[in-house]
Amino acid sequence: MLAVEELHSFYGRAHILQGVSFAVAPGAVLVLLGRNGAGKSTTMKSLIGLVRPARGRIRLAGADIAGWEPHRIARAGLGYVPEERRIFTELTVLENLEVGRQPARDGRPAWTPEALFALFPNLAELRHRPGGRMSGGEQQMLTIARTLMGNPRLLLLDEPSEGLAPVILEQMAHAILALKAQGVTVLLAEQNLHFAARVADAATVIETGRIVWAGSMAALQADEAARRAHLQV
Amino acid sequence: MDFVVVQALTGLAGASSLFLVAAGLTVIFGVTRVVNFAHGSLYMLGAYIGWSILTRLPRDPAWFAAGVLLAALATAALGALLEMGLLRRIYRAPELLQLLATFGVVLMVQDAALYLWGPDELTLPRPPWLRGFVAVAGSRFPLFDLVLIGVGPLVLGLLWLLLARTRFGVLLRAATQDREMVAALGVDQTVLFTVVFALGAGLAGLGGVLSLPDGSANLHIDLDVITDAFVVVVVGGMGSLPGAFLAALLIGELQAFGIVLLPKITLVLVFLVMAVVLVFRPHGLLGRPQAVARGAAEALALVRPAVPALRWLGLAVLALALAAPLFAGPYLLSVLTEMLVAVLFAASLHFMMGPGGMASFGHAAWFGIGAYAAALATHALAAPMPAGLLLAPLAAGAAAGLFGWFIVRLSGVYLAMLTLAFAQIVWAVVFQWDAVTGGDNGILGVWPARWAGDPRVYYLLALALCGGAAMLLRRVLYAPFGYALRATRDSPLRAEAIGLHAGRIRLAAFALAGAAAGLAGGVFAYAKGSVFPTYIAVGHSVDALVAVLLGGVQTIAGPVVGALAYTALFDALLTTSFWRFKLGAFIVLLVLFFPAGIAGAAQRLWERGRPA
Ligand SMILES: Nc1ncnc2c1ncn2[C@@H]1O[C@H](COP(=O)(O)OP(=O)(O)OP(=O)(O)O)[C@@H](O)[C@H]1O
Ligand SMILES: [Mg+2]
Repeated sequence: MLAVEELHSFYGRAHILQGVSFAVAPGAVLVLLGRNGAGKSTTMKSLIGLVRPARGRIRLAGADIAGWEPHRIARAGLGYVPEERRIFTELTVLENLEVGRQPARDGRPAWTPEALFALFPNLAELRHRPGGRMSGGEQQMLTIARTLMGNPRLLLLDEPSEGLAPVILEQMAHAILALKAQGVTVLLAEQNLHFAARVADAATVIETGRIVWAGSMAALQADEAARRAHLQV
Repeated sequence: MDFVVVQALTGLAGASSLFLVAAGLTVIFGVTRVVNFAHGSLYMLGAYIGWSILTRLPRDPAWFAAGVLLAALATAALGALLEMGLLRRIYRAPELLQLLATFGVVLMVQDAALYLWGPDELTLPRPPWLRGFVAVAGSRFPLFDLVLIGVGPLVLGLLWLLLARTRFGVLLRAATQDREMVAALGVDQTVLFTVVFALGAGLAGLGGVLSLPDGSANLHIDLDVITDAFVVVVVGGMGSLPGAFLAALLIGELQAFGIVLLPKITLVLVFLVMAVVLVFRPHGLLGRPQAVARGAAEALALVRPAVPALRWLGLAVLALALAAPLFAGPYLLSVLTEMLVAVLFAASLHFMMGPGGMASFGHAAWFGIGAYAAALATHALAAPMPAGLLLAPLAAGAAAGLFGWFIVRLSGVYLAMLTLAFAQIVWAVVFQWDAVTGGDNGILGVWPARWAGDPRVYYLLALALCGGAAMLLRRVLYAPFGYALRATRDSPLRAEAIGLHAGRIRLAAFALAGAAAGLAGGVFAYAKGSVFPTYIAVGHSVDALVAVLLGGVQTIAGPVVGALAYTALFDALLTTSFWRFKLGAFIVLLVLFFPAGIAGAAQRLWERGRPA
């Protein structure tokens, strides 16, 4: 589904991604793990085009999307859910969803607000509530739902677990598993190993802009040395 | 009581007109983050195009309405062209460069209108229905003003429907908050921006054509209107439509009653209201802080000391400047003196704008205060020239310190607009206080002392004062104060955290820049022998801005190079026909192709030639 090869990205002169490569299989959930500042969000932003990669290839279902404008990448089927959520605070829940709406893809049924309210029941009661007057957990659900309105082939989720209470976290894990069951491919950036283990099939670990470990989620859980070296603080 | 009702209605009519222009400006700003100086020009085009259409149509109300709509549509189309041809290419550029480019458009449109419609005011023949009156509270109230009163809320309602009920409106509101996220969700902004710009331009055009029955199409309305529109938009909160409406009501009523009750200080009153609003609500009545700061990467570039080669070049120029009296005649010397003044004026603006991060649209205020201080010292106090030259920077510095207390709390566009507001206040005071300032006629006979009467001596004096002050500003930038100033610009919070008083540092820089500009004004006053309100006008502030940006904000030599180049260019163009158009085109091309300015481009060339 997605293959990233030798990706390099900069902020000004700071060389942040220094040759990142990994691949996500169709229908899989791959988790990108790493400490604060490792380059997870930068990877996500480089994929969606908000940061323009200096070098490297990004293949999405065959096409090389590196260097495209974000809106073109999104239309090619990449759905980006930012770490900071970036809800449109003045817009209601329904209007937020409307901004994300794009035509259906690959002959699959399009996401509708009703279908999304079934996936995130908390949102159903809030449909006319402005995004700015929602709790952090509700905003997190809304930002995912908004991106799903674009009917993405592949969902980029940047730290959806951040700052969520355990109950909400559980709902979030459910939702991701439900998406997976529907055939959506997911690339998840996480620091919460426990949450990642609930949903991911495979894991890739990034450290100062380089991939330092890759394998199945089960293998990572068995490899205590790798976890200590690359993940614990 | 009747007086109150009629005046209130007049205010409402005025508010409607203000709202039409401000609505377009604020919608464009909200989505594209471009402060469109050319918005007044679109209004002016609307008026001219409307005149051309309406004078060719039958004179009954239905045709009038059709003509008005046609004129608005034509202006919208021009706006779309402007967006596609120019603005689209500079959305990523720093705010100031965008402003500058749109100012270039202002100049070009002025000459284009002059070419197409001629220099005379064009008024609309008014058929009886346009001259009609209705009885209101026992007085006669113009029928057309009633129509105007209706148009404002009608447009607000239509805009509200558009924003609330259509997908376009939802996308537009979303983009106003976070356009990057809108793009990441798959929305093609190119189309969105063009449509928004056309919409804003159409509203400006509508305002312009509707101004015809009570006014005229002329070549001055662009700048008059843009100043008013800026005030309304800033008071309302940039990007907020309801805010613009509220502010238009406030300003419209203030003007209607002010004209009758306090005719002399209405303008001052308007800007005072703006200042007060901004002090208590730094983002306007209904505005919000901007989500994403843009152009931050540019601001990070450090100003570095000159390399040795540049230092030698500087010394060579200085030597040439010192030798000038040996070979230059009186005319050339007076041009050179003006250039020196321009250099200090630009350097003082650069000081607060580059390292200080405070861009000003009203820098001419301090220049003017300095010039008038010197002139009044000579005339009212009969003080000798040295006293006048001392008083100039002191008065300007004190005024800058006083106004700066309000100004330095703001940042970005709001700060620039408040400086503009204060400059307009100063201008209005000078313009209207005949008894002291001579009003429009200025103050004449401000001649240098006898020992400096020879142009060669005065030139050397100007060189010593302007060159010395510019050098001093440069030294300050490399003193601890300069580093602290840059720290407050780059990360105000961190600067506070390491114990710097960001507010005080910015205020000190502001006052110092004001004093330096005041000195430039003082030197200029004696050089010209007279002072006029035009020294304080917006155009003069823009001169300084163009000079700085022409040279390049990020380099120390920038303002010097820029001032010299700009003065030379200006003098060369001024004698040709349609010089505004040429200057405007030059500015636009500069922004498009040399966004780092002359000195910036030279620096880049230089660096390319050697390993880093
Ligand atoms: N806008 C920016 N400008 C400059 N440097 C940045 C910017 N954003 C991030 N960085 C730097 O890039 C590096 C990678 O940041 P990134 O946000 O990708 O990390 P992350 O793995 O997502 O961390 P976290 O878990 O804290 O979200 C960090 O060193 C960070 O300081
Ligand atoms: Mg992150």
